[in-house]
Amino acid sequence: MGNYIGKSEKRVEDPRFIQGKGNYVANLSMPDMAHVAVLRSPHAHANIKSINTDAAKAMEGVIDVFVGQDLIDGGVGQMPVIWQVPENKIPVRWPLTPDKVRHVGDSVAAVVAEDAYIARDALDLIEVDYEVLSATTGAEATTEDGKPLVHDEIENNITFKWGLGDKEACDKAFEKADHVIEVDIANQRLIANAMEPRACAAQWTASTEEMTVWTTSQNPHIIRFGLSAVTLPEIPEHKLRVISPDVGGGFGSKIFHYPEEVILPWVAKRVNRPVKWVATRSESFITDSQGRDHVQHCKMAVTKDGIITGLHVELYADMGAYLSSIAPLIPTVICITLFSGLYKIPGIWGHTTGTLTNTVPVDAYRGAGRPEASFLVERLVDMAARELGMDPVKFRRKNFIPKDEFPYQTPVAFLYDSGDYHAMMDKAEENAGYSDMRKAQENAKKEGRLVGVGVSGCVEASGYGPAATVGALGFYGGMWEHGSIRVHPTGRVTVFSGSHSHGQGHETTFAQIVADKLGVDMADVDVVHGDTDLVTQGMGTYGSRSVAVGGEALVNAATEIRKKLVELAAHLLEASVDDMIYDDENGKVHVKGVEDKAKTFGELAFAAYSGHSLPEGMDPGLEHSAYYNPGNFTFPCSAHIVQVEVDKDTGEIEIQRYVAIEDCGNVINPMVVEGQIIGGIVQGVGQALYEHGIYDEYGQLVTGSMLDYAMPRADNLPMIESDRTETPSPSNSLGVKGVGEMGSISSPPAVVNAVVDALADYGVKHIDMPLTSEKIWNIINSNGG
Amino acid sequence: MGHSISMTVNGKACDGEVEARTLLVDFLRDHLRLTGTNVGCDTSQCGSCTIMMNGKSVKSCTTLAVQADGSDVTTIEGLATNGDLHPLQQAFWDEHGLQCGFCTPGMIMASVGILQDNPNPSEDEIRHSLEGNICRCTGYQNIVKAVQSASKSMKGAA
Repeated sequence: MGNYIGKSEKRVEDPRFIQGKGNYVANLSMPDMAHVAVLRSPHAHANIKSINTDAAKAMEGVIDVFVGQDLIDGGVGQMPVIWQVPENKIPVRWPLTPDKVRHVGDSVAAVVAEDAYIARDALDLIEVDYEVLSATTGAEATTEDGKPLVHDEIENNITFKWGLGDKEACDKAFEKADHVIEVDIANQRLIANAMEPRACAAQWTASTEEMTVWTTSQNPHIIRFGLSAVTLPEIPEHKLRVISPDVGGGFGSKIFHYPEEVILPWVAKRVNRPVKWVATRSESFITDSQGRDHVQHCKMAVTKDGIITGLHVELYADMGAYLSSIAPLIPTVICITLFSGLYKIPGIWGHTTGTLTNTVPVDAYRGAGRPEASFLVERLVDMAARELGMDPVKFRRKNFIPKDEFPYQTPVAFLYDSGDYHAMMDKAEENAGYSDMRKAQENAKKEGRLVGVGVSGCVEASGYGPAATVGALGFYGGMWEHGSIRVHPTGRVTVFSGSHSHGQGHETTFAQIVADKLGVDMADVDVVHGDTDLVTQGMGTYGSRSVAVGGEALVNAATEIRKKLVELAAHLLEASVDDMIYDDENGKVHVKGVEDKAKTFGELAFAAYSGHSLPEGMDPGLEHSAYYNPGNFTFPCSAHIVQVEVDKDTGEIEIQRYVAIEDCGNVINPMVVEGQIIGGIVQGVGQALYEHGIYDEYGQLVTGSMLDYAMPRADNLPMIESDRTETPSPSNSLGVKGVGEMGSISSPPAVVNAVVDALADYGVKHIDMPLTSEKIWNIINSNGG
Repeated sequence: MGHSISMTVNGKACDGEVEARTLLVDFLRDHLRLTGTNVGCDTSQCGSCTIMMNGKSVKSCTTLAVQADGSDVTTIEGLATNGDLHPLQQAFWDEHGLQCGFCTPGMIMASVGILQDNPNPSEDEIRHSLEGNICRCTGYQNIVKAVQSASKSMKGAA
């Protein structure tokens, strides 16, 4: 046992944040730095007939103005789609569009000026002659004949089709079903709104021909690769440094390779000055890749005894105007693979049509495909229980995969690693006092109040992912992780991780892991991430992979360091390697049975660097670089029980109690894990109750500011009662599973199930999110309430 | 065009030349290089830029620098005294009241205002008072706990 793993160590990164010393890209200041502003299209769909930048260029304080063709002539590449499914039609997308705008916010020109105010003023002086075209919107509607084409070469606005499952078994299930539950679900467009708007800066060093790019990315190494290999080939990878310092939240929206990451370094080299661009929130709304936006036609086959036998889903996923970096993955590989949920369902078939509309591109947003899958499964399960007159908890229990059937092969590709769903639900029922909740609901009903109880049980695939598997499924890279450990001659330790922290607390969690694996004081361990010159390789943070994959890379590196320390100690103590004991508590290496015949961690570190006496063949130094390629995904799961009350007069929904049980395997830092869970739950409550990226028929984003796009506020929630069960993952040595996204996956169905339960007497079977009070009021008032 | 302004920021006299339209937050960040105050939106909704001005918490993204002429401003950088964290800073750390840290300076400064007006707020009062500040990471729970905890420790110190 170590000293740190499993303990709620306070976060080591916090002192800088609580004192205003966060190192965000927007804070960057360099001598002679110029500022960039980007002209965004006000139209959803229009041909650019001409652009006149003369007046802008002539403005005092403006250094230069560039349009799309300038960048194309200057050698930039198209924005790449790095996850493609078979027969994927890839729309052309340039960093600045040269000829046609395809969504409000599409980038048209870039101004470089002496300060940010002047740069923004100059945008108003750029004259663009737009020929406005009709727009197309709606995930499914956009495929109808006669709709405007977002890209002329892509027929019916269909960019891909992808299916998975056992169609025959599925058809058979429906033939024999006693009950078929059907529902059409619109899983609405969401906008991530990380609190830090995106920002980018670049510095060209002419003397050495080196470029440094600062960007608010969750994965700077992928950005480095994308730039040097595809979008900015004039800067080779070994001359390019990408830094993502402190990043103020991502939630997926900062995974992607964005046009500004090409524009800024391209411009920096042209004007030969450091440049910086910081998005306004209004820009974020119309340029950050968005989330969800499915239309799902779903049906579930159930026997009269309450056994689920089949699930059939035909879904349309709105990808927006272009394919963002990994967009094709989200409604396909990462979504349909979770249609089995927590249940044994023999016949599953899912099919996705990815479509294009004149809206902001859609890509991964916290949960990324998994919330869209879990929501439909958990809604159908709830509807089935109701149709059969069964309690929703009992119905779920009846269909859970039993714990002795793990590892469990689903009909939709995944091999679930481990789980004990019954025990998890036991704890949820117990913590919620489920039967008392039901009694309270009955009592409320007698008083004429609308109280509902909602349940969800979800699983997700985290820890992306085995390199060969993701490669076979369409990813251009590998999803391993890299980490290295450098022990300094004084025994202090620097850890370099290719994973990136933008709120997750890696500097603490990874220090806990390494301190324990080496037996050193956590205060002697410093974690470095987010800089491609300091950390040689990395895949970054998404898919709840940091500890399960990035943590394991550090375990591998620590294991090699230990091996070297043991060999060195054996040599110095003139003993056999096999007789050496490594003390996990303090990093001391001693001879078995002779505790005082020992070398401390510090003595060994110094000996490794002095090199005065090393075993034959051993090189001086004490650092190791390791990679970890996971053998499988990990499958965390959750059971949530929610009690809501609906105000009959206003349609407002009050969450009265929220009880959450998560199982993410072993935990490194329970405090950090709980923080991730609660934060995720509340973001999911946002989807359930408030958030909706609404486009009108002209493709205008109606909810384009924080005034209009409603997100959870502090007074929307009660204290969430969060707890865990621990079923270790057999897939990695730490026994951990991902946790970052679970909350946002589980809470939308739990909340919606609760509200539907509250309104059951009105004949309500399903309500599309968000459950605004207007929507609820209308339901109550249109049904004779 | 230029306007000369002067104010006390974190106990120090500061002055500068600004345009009439220069936002207070830009004056703090760009002129004084006090980048602890963050900008999270442009509609005064998120509260990331909250500071104390003449003893009241205000959103510095919707305050003009010229409006702050002659005023006494405290930003997150000026909250600790002689290297000792303010009880709210300490409480945010202790209670895990932050994740990415971006909304944190604004949250802490807003909380300074809350506890100044109401040293002993209930959970509901804290939640209601934090309505003008958005956090996307924490779900607010530990922020509320941090304000509760600071309220206790500040009472103890008083």
